[in-house]
Amino acid sequence: MKAAILVFPGSNCDRDLARAFRAAGFDTQMVWHKETELPGGIDVVGVPGGFSYGDYLRSGAIAANSPICRALADYAVRGGYVLGICNGFQILTETGLLPGALMRNRRIKYICRSVPLVVGAAESAFTGRYSTGECIDIPIAHHDGNYTADEETLRRLRGEGRVAFTYADNPNGSVHDIAGILSDNRRVLGMMPHPERASDRALGGSDGRRLFAGLADATLPA
Amino acid sequence: MKARVIVMLKDGVLDPQGDAIRHALGAMGFDGVEGVRQGKVIELDLADGTGEEEVRAMCERLLANTVIESYRIEAG
Repeated sequence: MKAAILVFPGSNCDRDLARAFRAAGFDTQMVWHKETELPGGIDVVGVPGGFSYGDYLRSGAIAANSPICRALADYAVRGGYVLGICNGFQILTETGLLPGALMRNRRIKYICRSVPLVVGAAESAFTGRYSTGECIDIPIAHHDGNYTADEETLRRLRGEGRVAFTYADNPNGSVHDIAGILSDNRRVLGMMPHPERASDRALGGSDGRRLFAGLADATLPA
Repeated sequence: MKARVIVMLKDGVLDPQGDAIRHALGAMGFDGVEGVRQGKVIELDLADGTGEEEVRAMCERLLANTVIESYRIEAG
């Protein structure tokens, strides 16, 4: 099993994400943003957190138009698994691979702490090792995590069971407490909280481990 | 040739930064401010012959996120 991790100027969770994938049994390969193709034989692409391009213009906007993101869009359209965390989620909404947008937090503060999340949809490769309704602790660290989308999009996300995670105690003003959403084929997940920062007890929590383990279940060669 | 692009959050989209500015102005004693919206101005220095259609494409694809933002183009 192999995971590709995209690296942009300003990414700062790329190595943590690679480590979490490796702990779940994946080989990992870092892919610089100027590459025009993803490596062959990969099972999943991780889009890490950080401040790609210094968050200039809008968080994720410039990264979304980088050469590797064109390859990422092709990969996702072909049905590949993509996990975008924090800035990675912002990049996925900016590319249009996930609907909606992430705005400045309601109280305009950068928030960095562990928060309780409720698993909204266990029916995906990412959430298969959790139970719907289960509460887990995962850290957030963001300034622009206030998810918004139009009413029609929200109806579809909820109706199709694509709200993967919600905040038990909404920290940022996100509509319907949304913390993470799935694409319509359920193979692209974007989430503001950082499961890779809760993937080892030494980090203060391990509730994020099962996300990577679930992906390993889904991509394990038969 | 110059063009100026003004990007604003769409009406109805909550603007926490604008609200913070309004509160600050109120705290400073400027009581007459009923609302503040904060946006961005992007000035483009364009080669002759760059049409408005092209600037519009720039806005749609990069300069504005049309999920939450609207934009206006002014000739420099």
